[in-house]
Amino acid sequence: MADRMAWLTGWVLLALVMVPVALMVMALWQQSADVLSMGFLLEDPGRAGRSGGIAALLISTGWILALCLLVAVPVGLGCALYLSESLPADSRRAQWLGGVLDMLAAVPSIVYGLFGYQFFAITLGLGFSILSGALALSLMVLPLMIRSAEQAMRAVPMGYRQARDALALSRWGWVRRILLPCAAPGIAVGIILSAGRALAETAVLLFTAGYVLRRPDSLFDSGRTLSVHIYDLAMNVPGGMPRAAATAVVLVALLVVLNLLVRRVLRQPMTEALV
Amino acid sequence: MITTSSLPLSDRLLGLALRLCGLLAALVLGGIVVVLLVRALPFLINEGAGIWQSTWQPGQGEYGMAPMIAGSLFVSVLALVLAAPVAVLLAAWLRYFAPRLRRPVLAGVELMAGIPSVVYGLWGMLVLVPWINQWVPPGASWLAGSLVLALMIVPLALLVTDAALGQLPLRYQRAGEALALSRVGMLRRVLLPRAAPGIVGGVVLQFGRALGETMAVLMVCGNVVQWPDSVFAPVRTLTANIALEMAYATGDHRVALFASGLLLIAVTGLLLMASWRLRGVSHG
Repeated sequence: MADRMAWLTGWVLLALVMVPVALMVMALWQQSADVLSMGFLLEDPGRAGRSGGIAALLISTGWILALCLLVAVPVGLGCALYLSESLPADSRRAQWLGGVLDMLAAVPSIVYGLFGYQFFAITLGLGFSILSGALALSLMVLPLMIRSAEQAMRAVPMGYRQARDALALSRWGWVRRILLPCAAPGIAVGIILSAGRALAETAVLLFTAGYVLRRPDSLFDSGRTLSVHIYDLAMNVPGGMPRAAATAVVLVALLVVLNLLVRRVLRQPMTEALV
Repeated sequence: MITTSSLPLSDRLLGLALRLCGLLAALVLGGIVVVLLVRALPFLINEGAGIWQSTWQPGQGEYGMAPMIAGSLFVSVLALVLAAPVAVLLAAWLRYFAPRLRRPVLAGVELMAGIPSVVYGLWGMLVLVPWINQWVPPGASWLAGSLVLALMIVPLALLVTDAALGQLPLRYQRAGEALALSRVGMLRRVLLPRAAPGIVGGVVLQFGRALGETMAVLMVCGNVVQWPDSVFAPVRTLTANIALEMAYATGDHRVALFASGLLLIAVTGLLLMASWRLRGVSHG
């Protein structure tokens, strides 16, 4: 009897989670149906976003994402190598650095926005620019990047390390020829997850990369990402809802593609890196 | 150690570079705290007591954040109350009652976890707020914020719970089966209590995430600075306040926003430490 109740409860709970998600997909689809087309991707926005498409935003988003990864990936890999190769997992310093990373991951994104504004835009004089936004964003995705790369590196079999020591390989040779190639799928997953996190982020960019709608001329220009565009159209532009929803559909589609890519690389759910 | 000096140059450079990267990660955290402190400290010393007052009138130099602190707490607590039982029970159900559903549901839930908070906020504006408005106007409210947040918390809370249950030794289940315990009794008396520290630790972490969430809350809560008198009243959270006012704030007003950022870091830091404690993680 109790077990049958449990069955019922389980299905009800599942419905509680899945029905709102289905409603969300339907609502976005309905709102955006008239707007969504190939032209939407290729045209620049007009009248504060009420007309036209999102081409300029795709360009800004691409620049910010590329720069963010350009900073986060090398630093993240370096830090992950330091954690997995130079420090034993149970050493004091490794635990301390792990604590710092957990803290960084827990800092609210709006605080990264405040810090990015003060440090990159004001102190370093970069202003509201793609560069400030990308740098602030790279700090935010750093913990995720480091953790997933570290996991991949620690998973390289112990026997390889013993063989390295027996052969007296140089550290650099070991890292470049064996460790990185072996850990490559896990590192790729880390990069994709970081890219997804960066694409999804809005609060960090509000006062670092700014709101400007036209195509950026240089990296010191302000540029608006897709997520900031959704926010601005929905909240500040009367009549902006259909295009906000259409932009959201494009953004979610991009993220779904990234998610499928992760699955492709891993062939199993990547639970731990997300948590 | 003896051979350190005879390492090839490339190896010594590599070691140095890696150490620098590790240092950089620590510097980022330190930098964030220092920058916020430097901006906010003079203000906190002069007006520190004022931020606990109820009046937020930056134009008149009144920076009472109490209603917004309460707003943040209320919205997050209700979201957690709604989301945590659903996530925990669903995770347990998937693992012990419907193992064949577990993989596909977890995959779907991971996808949900990746959906941007602005998109959740947009959904709230399109569907939830009009719906609550039909019931009790104005719709944009504490309840709307909590419901949207709850939907955002469920995926990660579910994944954390699933991982905590997965770490239980299999022999508990075997022993339960040998004793012919009902699965519900087994779950309630043995498995959930055993996994409780891990689950609660994960949920505490989600509470920190809820407090720090900005965009979704900003879009559906109505953003009126007030003590909410019911769940249908609009509220403004600390994070929403920063996002709304940073664009035009100057002088002390801007510094007050930095002070609220500092408050957010402090609270999420404390929650993280509580979570470490519960999960038995040690960090030196």
